[in-house]
Amino acid sequence: MKKIVIGLSFLVTLVIIGIWGFAQDNADLPKGVGPIETLELTELDPALAETGKVTFEQFCSACHKIEERYIGPALLGVTERRAPEWIMNMILNPDVMIQEDDTAYELFAEYLTPMANQHVSEEQARSILEYFRSNDAQ
Amino acid sequence: MKKRLGLLGFVLALVAIVAITVQAQKTENRLASNAAEQVYVAPGEYDKFYGFFSGGFNGQISVVGLPSGRTLRTIPVFSQWAENGYGYSEETKPMLMTSQGFVPWDDSHHPELSQTDGALDGRWLFINGNNTPRIARIDLKTFETHDIIEIPNAGGNHSSPFTTMNSEYVVAGTRFSVPIPQKDMSIADYKSNFKGTLSFIKVNPDDGDLSIAFQILMPGFDYDLAHCGKGPSHGWCFFTAYNTEEAHSLLEVNASQNDKDFVAAINWKIAEQCVTDGKAETVAANYADNHMDDATGIAVSEMRDSVTLLDPANCEGLAYFLPTPKSPHGVDVDPTGEYIVPGGKLSATLAIHSFSKMLKAIEAKDFTGDSYGIPILNFDNILAGQVEKACLGPLHNEFDTKGFVYTSCFLSSEIIKWNLKNFEVVDRVPTFYSIGHLMIPGGDTMKPYDTFVVALNKITKDRYLPTGPELVQSAQLYDISGDKMQMLSDFPTMGEPHYAQAIPAELVTENQLRIYPLESNQHPYATKKEADVKVEREGSDVHVYMTAIRSHFAPDNIEGVKLGDTVYFHVTNLEQDWDIPHGFATYGMNEANLLIMPGQTLTVKWTPKEVGVFPFYCTDFCSALHQEMQGYIRVSPADSDIALSWNLGQ
Ligand code: HEC
Ligand SMILES: [Cu+2]
Repeated sequence: MKKIVIGLSFLVTLVIIGIWGFAQDNADLPKGVGPIETLELTELDPALAETGKVTFEQFCSACHKIEERYIGPALLGVTERRAPEWIMNMILNPDVMIQEDDTAYELFAEYLTPMANQHVSEEQARSILEYFRSNDAQ
Repeated sequence: MKKRLGLLGFVLALVAIVAITVQAQKTENRLASNAAEQVYVAPGEYDKFYGFFSGGFNGQISVVGLPSGRTLRTIPVFSQWAENGYGYSEETKPMLMTSQGFVPWDDSHHPELSQTDGALDGRWLFINGNNTPRIARIDLKTFETHDIIEIPNAGGNHSSPFTTMNSEYVVAGTRFSVPIPQKDMSIADYKSNFKGTLSFIKVNPDDGDLSIAFQILMPGFDYDLAHCGKGPSHGWCFFTAYNTEEAHSLLEVNASQNDKDFVAAINWKIAEQCVTDGKAETVAANYADNHMDDATGIAVSEMRDSVTLLDPANCEGLAYFLPTPKSPHGVDVDPTGEYIVPGGKLSATLAIHSFSKMLKAIEAKDFTGDSYGIPILNFDNILAGQVEKACLGPLHNEFDTKGFVYTSCFLSSEIIKWNLKNFEVVDRVPTFYSIGHLMIPGGDTMKPYDTFVVALNKITKDRYLPTGPELVQSAQLYDISGDKMQMLSDFPTMGEPHYAQAIPAELVTENQLRIYPLESNQHPYATKKEADVKVEREGSDVHVYMTAIRSHFAPDNIEGVKLGDTVYFHVTNLEQDWDIPHGFATYGMNEANLLIMPGQTLTVKWTPKEVGVFPFYCTDFCSALHQEMQGYIRVSPADSDIALSWNLGQ
């Protein structure tokens, strides 16, 4: 009986550690500072990604290329290295991000030009995120 | 013993004197620190009022925060402004077109804020150009000049641009009468041949667009200033008229003969009726009507060829003369709309007209005669009251909500405060020096703000550190919240601010535009993304479709331009964030730099004079890499066969 209890509590502890560890894994990718606190991603929406591409070309392409560094970082793989919330906040709230978010601050220190606030809407930012996801899925 | 007592008394007296002096000094310091507190705006905080000060001979408007007196911006209006390329860029040059061609300067006098129901509404600001008669409208969303309309049949557009209660109209009265229509004639034949006009400029209630509704043909006097009625007197406008002697030379003597001149009272509702009834004439006229096209951001100048002219002889009830002592300057209507207060600058007595008495006199046809057919009312029967021995050289009046009038007195260099109840002076303060106009926020509306009065002085002398023969203009700010006016500060103003207006900041800040959205930019030469930049040749014109963003131009290397070409740089600022303009200038440019706001496209013309490779760069510090924001344009000989090419980052 004692053994079972010990065994069970060991198992429970493991599960707790596991859950905690999983949560920790998500928390490793910070969400940044800004209007987007949580974002549920769904299956890739190609039409939305296409809209995002057009918006990106208009508002962002003067500083960003997908595959190579330009005025700002190359954006290929950005959805793997950053949380979706972080990307949205970087687009919607860059002035605060480069002051308060450590990663954004480090990027700014490297690139020296501040990431521009192009005042795109939340919807437009979401479509750009979809465009980034579609690039990274390929 | 007596001696000792005497000594003691002496010592005591000395102590008392010292104590009193110290006390007095303390009070003075306390007053000074109190005044300093009232004009102090802590770092990061805002002024409570926007002040708009005319630039006089600089032709512009200064935006001054009040009560601090800090200059916030110059709005270019009638003069080219190298700082941002106004009047130099292809987009803004049409704004300065007139019947006399491109006129890059004027003399701006009277800023006037738009009103709704007799109160400031924060939509627009109007100002007159005196020399080549014009009126401009500034949009307070952008603080940019949006319209300029020229006034034909006028000379010296001085009694302008005063507004009606709902900005149905702004008025423009001519200070210098002229032959109408203009013709070659002897100046000696001035009398009864020269004429004045009073123009009513319609303000489109939706977009503020200006057009001339009608002009009223008046005797050849000098129409100096004006104000329109409010409340019961809504529907009337009043213009001072001096030089009723109709002198054409040595006016300082010859136009100061008559003991009384006039205030012209104009019933514009009757004028509208007469125009509708076909009693006006359409006469040939040649004048420019300029406005900014919001979609393209390009000013359009159109020439107009006729105007509606109304002769009071054909329109009964349109015009009356109110006899007014002597050579009046301002004419101001109190917030109730009942009192018409002229500033008879050569008379020490202020005579105030009563609007209700004026109406009764008109009804009773209580006239003492007429001038060129316009009835002259009986001075005594329209008099509301007189302020005896008011001051020397009263010029202009503004009002508070408590029934007080503040009058500027040029000759005695003071502001007097008097009341409309018993016409008695209750306070006076000196000004430094020779005050012209004065200003209370909303002080010419139905809703003044009883905060402060600003003295706009004509002479500066010793008020600031000397700067050679030419000195900045001086203004003083006085608190008017208590019984006594109290001087708070001196502050410098640019050009010669004839008049100013002020408005509570929140009425303006809530409508501020921060950027021009790229998606609504319909400029024909706009480049909305970097992939679309190009250089095109049309004969000897080369069009560069260029973009600017932190911190590069695209393209930044251009070749294939030849001597004899005219290059147009159309630069679109791709930024969409507040306060990120980029500048543009290239070597030897005969225009001025462009200052391009986020989302805006501006164009500057460049005609290279020599073969060579010439740099261009951003003139407005935009980021840590601003010094890197540069490029080159190559100019080859006229007969070279180098094709146009452009690139960025190759
Ligand atoms: C003026 C140039 C400029 C513009 C325009 C611009 N960016 Fe940036 N962006 C940067 C720079 C530079 C950085 C690096 C951070 C910094 O320096 O502040 C950056 C960083 C980023 C990052 C983070 C990349 C990473 O590796 O984590 C994202 C995501 C991003 N930008 C997206 C956009 C989007 C989307 C737009 C258009 C809406 C845009 N940017 C417009 C310059 C720009
Ligand atoms: Cu720049």
